[in-house]
Amino acid sequence: MSSTDSHLHLAAALDGTGWHPASWREPVSRPRELFTAGYWADLVAEAERGLLDFVTIEDGLGPQSTHRFEPDDRTDQVRGRLDAVLIASRVAPLTRHIGLVPTVVATHTEPFHISKAIATLDYVSTGRAGLRVQISARPDEAAHFGRRTVPRIDTWDSPAAQETLTELFDEAADYVEVVRRLWDSWEDDAEIRDVATGRFIDRDKLHYIDFHGRFFSVKGPSITPRPPQGQPPVTALAHGTVPYRLLARQADIGYVTPHDAAQARAIVDGIRAEQQAAGRADEPLHVFADLVVFLDDSQARAEARRDRLDTLAGQPYTSDARIVTGTAAQLADVIEELAAEGITGFRLRPAVAGHDLPRIGRDLVPELRRRGRFRDTYEASTLRGLLGLARPANRYAKAVA
Amino acid sequence: MSTPLKQIHLAAHFPGVNNTTVWSDPAAGSHIEFSSFVHFARTAERAKFDFLFLAEGLRLREQGGKIYDLDVVGRPDTFTVLAALAAVTDRLGLTGTINSTFNEPYEVARQFASLDHLSGGRSAWNVVTSWDAFTGENFRRGGFLPQEERYSRAKEFLATANELLDSWHGDEIVADQATGTFLKDARAGAFVHRGKHFDIHGRFNVPRSPQGRPVIFQAGDSDEGREFAAAGADAIFSRHATLREGQAFYKDVKSRLAAYGRRPDQLLILPAATFVLGDTDAEAEEIAREVRRKQVSGATALKHLEFVWNRDLSAYDPDGPLPDVDPVVGDDHIAKGRAQVRMYRDPVAVAREWRQLAEANNWSIRDLVINTGNRQTFVGSPETVARTINEFVQADAADGFILVPHITPGGLDPFADKVVPLLQERGVFRADYEGTTLRDHLGLAHPDEARTERAAS
Repeated sequence: MSSTDSHLHLAAALDGTGWHPASWREPVSRPRELFTAGYWADLVAEAERGLLDFVTIEDGLGPQSTHRFEPDDRTDQVRGRLDAVLIASRVAPLTRHIGLVPTVVATHTEPFHISKAIATLDYVSTGRAGLRVQISARPDEAAHFGRRTVPRIDTWDSPAAQETLTELFDEAADYVEVVRRLWDSWEDDAEIRDVATGRFIDRDKLHYIDFHGRFFSVKGPSITPRPPQGQPPVTALAHGTVPYRLLARQADIGYVTPHDAAQARAIVDGIRAEQQAAGRADEPLHVFADLVVFLDDSQARAEARRDRLDTLAGQPYTSDARIVTGTAAQLADVIEELAAEGITGFRLRPAVAGHDLPRIGRDLVPELRRRGRFRDTYEASTLRGLLGLARPANRYAKAVA
Repeated sequence: MSTPLKQIHLAAHFPGVNNTTVWSDPAAGSHIEFSSFVHFARTAERAKFDFLFLAEGLRLREQGGKIYDLDVVGRPDTFTVLAALAAVTDRLGLTGTINSTFNEPYEVARQFASLDHLSGGRSAWNVVTSWDAFTGENFRRGGFLPQEERYSRAKEFLATANELLDSWHGDEIVADQATGTFLKDARAGAFVHRGKHFDIHGRFNVPRSPQGRPVIFQAGDSDEGREFAAAGADAIFSRHATLREGQAFYKDVKSRLAAYGRRPDQLLILPAATFVLGDTDAEAEEIAREVRRKQVSGATALKHLEFVWNRDLSAYDPDGPLPDVDPVVGDDHIAKGRAQVRMYRDPVAVAREWRQLAEANNWSIRDLVINTGNRQTFVGSPETVARTINEFVQADAADGFILVPHITPGGLDPFADKVVPLLQERGVFRADYEGTTLRDHLGLAHPDEARTERAAS
């Protein structure tokens, strides 16, 4: 059984105890276990029980902060996190179907290392790896590496800020290009184990990627053979034209933040236009809407819970993404409304992981299924398969005559 | 009163990308699929081994300008495999080789701290260095280090990583849901490091892990490498696997510890060792000879001769005599990405010696490479191998061994099934794990206890 066109895709965005800064104070949260494997294994198992397409795992190369571009000194919120790629790898053998999409910061890491890490995640999960690429514009994170400086951004809309972000996103596009070329740097049948000639590989099927860009150069080939999916899906969160261009050039999934149907349509049109400009109009590119969710049996109960958390936090919760506070049916309505504008999937950010993630799987998913919009069973064994993406040909393989 | 017997430490090295690994054997499986790693790790844990060991190489080897194709080629990412193995094992230590030249301290410290959390305190880091521009071509930081700076950078890299790991003390997270205090110290993770190779400051973002720091391995054999190990490593992955060389190395390295205020038992000497088992010693010898011939095909023999000759020898017959031309002496070597070519400091003299050896024994090129190459460390019946390993350890040639099977992934199974029970019977190897962390298995103090000890003395 394959997914039908009316089916939507669902992902859960995992971040600590949840996206509300006071989420760790809920009795259902386990803040003292945040740095254990068991905590993460339980969350991902919960998402898999709901038949979600995948989970993303947030990460960063500095402490979490309420400021966008610098650390704060707060002691009343969760601070500290584990490497997302390693969390994903740690839970991979404990799961069977769900995709695992860790966050990677392109600005300060080596594309060679990340390419083989995600390829290896694809091996340990037998085809369920993905990658969420992010930039870092925080000067303090740059100082953790000491290899470059990032100019301080004060106003988001200033020309200087736009120039900095454009550079960082252009660099991220090159980074993904290198990661992808390295995945293809071994053809699928490069390992021949030919006892007669003593050759383990056919070296004509290994390729130097010879990438030379404005920001760096990488020779290749990878040390890791082509991963099971060929190209694990690449994903990114985007809030404007500059990052839409990254999606259009390099991504399989873009996460966007429409607050209503009109915005959703405008964003989808904007991304499709960039795709056209990048010459990738015919390539599949999912556009997922990010939604923060507070889910309860009634809207009043969800609102009361949100109010209680806001009181604990000392201020109302705000987000770049639309916040849906209500019942699973109400969330399903929002989802269908946005889907009508060309959104093909949803990355849900549970306000409280221990509460809202189970609600997604146990309430929202059955509701969407009743409406004919979600799968009854995992219909594919790889993440690309779940997303309806074919296994791509290798860019370096010669076409068979 | 007799001295109590030393307890042996045993580790399992996943078969690597050298010709030690016999990929042509019908029993040889994938070196990439996770199922191979699971099999290997579970065998090691079933046998109560201290840890599993993964090597690393960051560029595929080349010879004569082409990717070397006669050995196993390719491997998965070290950290990612170890994190996944933490899910399918419970006690086994997880040791990864990670290069200090093509990484940055903040990221490596995060990865080891994360691995240590996710494995419940089972992580270890084999710190290696490179300097070559060849490998550097795969990295955005590019370039390379002057050879004399590689240990200076490695030392500062390790010291910086330790500062980051120590920037959390372990008591900062209170996570009091009632009062709303998550951290008791707003400056948790604060660090400043100003040095020649690293000038960094800010906040480390992974809280203190169960072992505090990963167990540190060092693998170099030079004088600088030994000093580096004496100063800060917990264990040495050495290459001296004969009794006499082992004892000399052991004595030399352990004697360097006092200068750093450390006791001999704070640095373990764990040589790499290969093995071949048979029902009898004679049968094992016969199998070992066959294995060596499989490890060195005619084509492999010519390539190994090129390591010394540093010129294209493909026109020579591996079953014929050695070349009468002399090696090409120079830095630009025909074999790229191999540490071993540096062992031949005077290739012309080595070539002369090998020609004499071959003539005296009537050896072909292939015979010579087989006979001058490393013989397996332990060859014999299970009884012989168990006795020999124990003798080496009790005679201070080693504190244990890192075993490198020649078959992936099942090559460790006979050792686990036949030799380990004999060592257990002799009372020199654990019958079960006593602790949960790798430091527990190796008898190493937690870094916080070590610090308290030093302060008190």
